[in-house]
Formats: sequence, structure tokens, C-alpha cells
Amino acid sequence: MRNGAPIRTTYWDTASSEPLHPAARAALLAALDGGFADPRRLHGPARTARLLLDNARAAVAESLGVRPDEVTFTGSGTEAVHRGLLGLLAGRSRVGDTLLASAVEHAAVGHAATWWRGQDVAGRAGRIVGSLPVERTGRVSVAEASGLVASAAARGGVAALAVQAANHEVGTRQPVAELAGLGVPVFMDACAAMGRVDLPEGWAVAAGSAHKWGGPAGVGLLVVRRGVRWRNPFPGDDRADERAAGFENVPGALASAAALQAVVAERDEVGSRQRRLVDRLRAGIAAGVPDVEVVGDPVDRLPHLLTVSFLYVDGEALVTELDRRGFAVASGSACTTSTQTPSHVLAAMGVLTHGNLRISLTREAAEGDVDALLAALPDVVGDLRRQVGM
Amino acid sequence: MAPEPVVELDCRGLRCPQPVIMLARRLPSVAIGSLVAVVSTDAASRVDVPAWCRMRGQEYAGSDLAADGTPRHLVRRVS
Repeated sequence: MRNGAPIRTTYWDTASSEPLHPAARAALLAALDGGFADPRRLHGPARTARLLLDNARAAVAESLGVRPDEVTFTGSGTEAVHRGLLGLLAGRSRVGDTLLASAVEHAAVGHAATWWRGQDVAGRAGRIVGSLPVERTGRVSVAEASGLVASAAARGGVAALAVQAANHEVGTRQPVAELAGLGVPVFMDACAAMGRVDLPEGWAVAAGSAHKWGGPAGVGLLVVRRGVRWRNPFPGDDRADERAAGFENVPGALASAAALQAVVAERDEVGSRQRRLVDRLRAGIAAGVPDVEVVGDPVDRLPHLLTVSFLYVDGEALVTELDRRGFAVASGSACTTSTQTPSHVLAAMGVLTHGNLRISLTREAAEGDVDALLAALPDVVGDLRRQVGM
Repeated sequence: MAPEPVVELDCRGLRCPQPVIMLARRLPSVAIGSLVAVVSTDAASRVDVPAWCRMRGQEYAGSDLAADGTPRHLVRRVS
């Protein structure tokens, strides 16, 4: 850019979408040619497609420590969330009409919950969606959740809890196993966490999204543990997997499985490097820029993600200026969203919503890139503050 | 009944971070112990005014509604 040379972009928005993993690219290219046929047919090409799909399912199951018959490929993470949560609620409809969801769930969970409440059958007492509050770190309070489950159970039955494995905006991991101990099946949105950290114990149904771990877009994962009552909340289909609908994306499934296997194999090395870099960013930002709030749990979190808010700074201007300087990062501030409302996650945590920056590292992120961002931020934030007289 | 604010900042129609910037500029001009009100239509103010108080060591004194029903956030200068 300066001196006419194009500036190299440091892409640090992997919490939105991770670049395709090399292992996924190789699997995808091979399966595009070999996995086109209908896996339900009886001829040779169909058997090949079926074999690739079964291999993908087995590889995913092994990577997640679940059984292959618990794994369903969907068309997206959002579809996996919808099918997972609504199917669990449908399976529990005789038990209860209350869903308790954490206050920091992804919008996919919120939309599914709102839709479920609106589908209520006339003449019944009415479906209730309650909110589980979080602490300043974004972590669900188990004590408060326990009280809410008890009081909801006294009014009627609690059908399910919806609690993510880790938060998509601030990285804080949730106490899923403790919440599962409250005796209500847990739907766990694992889209932000899958592949990056070991999944917690105790959940009944989980959802994942392949493009968040380096697989291609258009592939989600629904995992329903054996023994969990799950009923299809949508029209059925006649595919081999009764929880799925639509023609199977065999190349996508295989590529997603290959990426998941690879990131799980690399996880200790990549995750600990990312954790060191995030710690360096966290300390460097706090030391180099005044009036900043670093949000999320500093320890019990996803390894690759850091979220900070700068007082008096407009989030859109911040992201735009960093993009100009070669850093592609995200923001949860109101001015950067389509709805012009501040992030419900930051609001539920009670932390500053404006001037917000979410930095999520790639697997190749290096110390030099971190130091470049640390060198740029005091200037960028200082300039933006001066422009508004602060 | 809480004491009345000595200053009411009209932030209607302003988007974040403008209401917090107006608060930060104005609060030092009132006596310690006095209240400043931020009248804001911006949804972010409900979170950002208390967060600003926490970060800057001032006291968030709750919220009520202005005469036209617009949310009004009260801040007490303590330092």
C-alpha cells in the first residue's frame, strides 16, 4: 500500500470462519470426483459414495470420542443447532414446556427457541423460554442455574437446557458437565469449540460447524448421544440417516472429517502456541492502551480468541482502520452489526459494548504478527480517540 | 427518592460511543457527590454507562425514564 506495494493481510477472524485446512482441501478434491453418486443406490459408484460417507462419519466419531451412529451431517452449523435443539425439545414434549438457555448463546439458538415458543399448541399452558444468567466473565452461574431449574421444575417440567461449549464472542468455556448434573438434558452448541478443545462431558445433543475448524462451508454436525430421545422436528426424508434431510454432501462431509482429524491431532501444539500468543496480546494491549477492558475468562477459554473493548472508540471505525493496516478482525459493537444493536453477549456480561474487537488467530499465527498488531493498536486507538476529542 | 441530577445530557438520537463521550466530558465539571443524567435512545447506553462507571471509578446510580419515556441513566461523581 505505502510505497505502492500491496499490504499483506493478517486474517484473524477464524471465529467467524477458519481458512480451509490443507487436509480438507486434499480430501475435498479427491471426493468431488469419487463421491458424486447417490449413497443409497446399489451400483458401484453409489457404494463408493456410501463408503466415503461412512468413513467420514467414523472419522468424526473417533475425533469427538462418540459412536458413528450418533453422528449426522447437516447442511450447516445453524441447521445442526436447529435440528439438535428442536429435536431434543420434541422428544421431551411430554416432560416439560420450559427451555432454559444461557444468556450468551449464539443467535441460532435464540432463533430456534423463539420459533419453538411460537409453534405452541393452542390450549396448553404455554411454552416458556428462560434465560440462564452469566457472570462478568461470560460463564453461566451454576448456582443461579440450579435455582432456576428448581423453580421451573416446580411450575411444570423443564424440557432442556441450552448451553454452549464455549462462547463464540469471548471464548469463555461453559460448565456444561456441572449443568448436566442438574438432571435436565443439555443441548450443547459446540460450533465455536469443536476441534479446538476437548468437549465437556454430560451433554445429550451437540452441534458443530465445519468451516469453524477448517472444513468447507455447508457442512454441520449433529451429534445425538445414544439413549437420548430425539424426534425429528421437521418433515422427514428417506435418506440412510433418519436425522438428516436432503442429498448427502459426501465430498463436504469427507473434507470436514479430514480437517477435524487434523486439527485434533495438531491441537496440543497449535493450541498451546495460540494460548501463548493470546496471553502476549492480552498483556500487551493492557500495557499499551489506556481505558481498555479485556473481556472473557483469562484462563478457562478457547485458545485462539481474545476480545477487548476500547473506551470512546467506534467499533466500525476501529475495524475499518485495522483492515486498512492489514489486520482482518471482527467486532461485536452495535455499529458493526446488521441490527444496530449491541452484542447480547457483551450486554449479558455487563461489559463495555462499544469499541469492541474480537481477535481470533489462525493456526499459523506467529509472534511477529502479534507484535505488529501491538505496535499498531496504540496509534489506531489514539487517533480515533483524538478525532472525538478524547 | 433519589436527589435530582444537576446536569441532564440530552443524547437522544446519538449512537454509541457518543453518549459515553458526552458523560466523560461533562462529569468532571460537577461537584463531587452530584448526579449527572444521560438521556439516551441508544440501546448500548444501558450497558455502556454502568461499564464506564466501573472502568473510571465513578458510581452508577441506576436508571429511570425521562418525561418523554426515554431511558435516563444516572451517574454520581465520586472522584
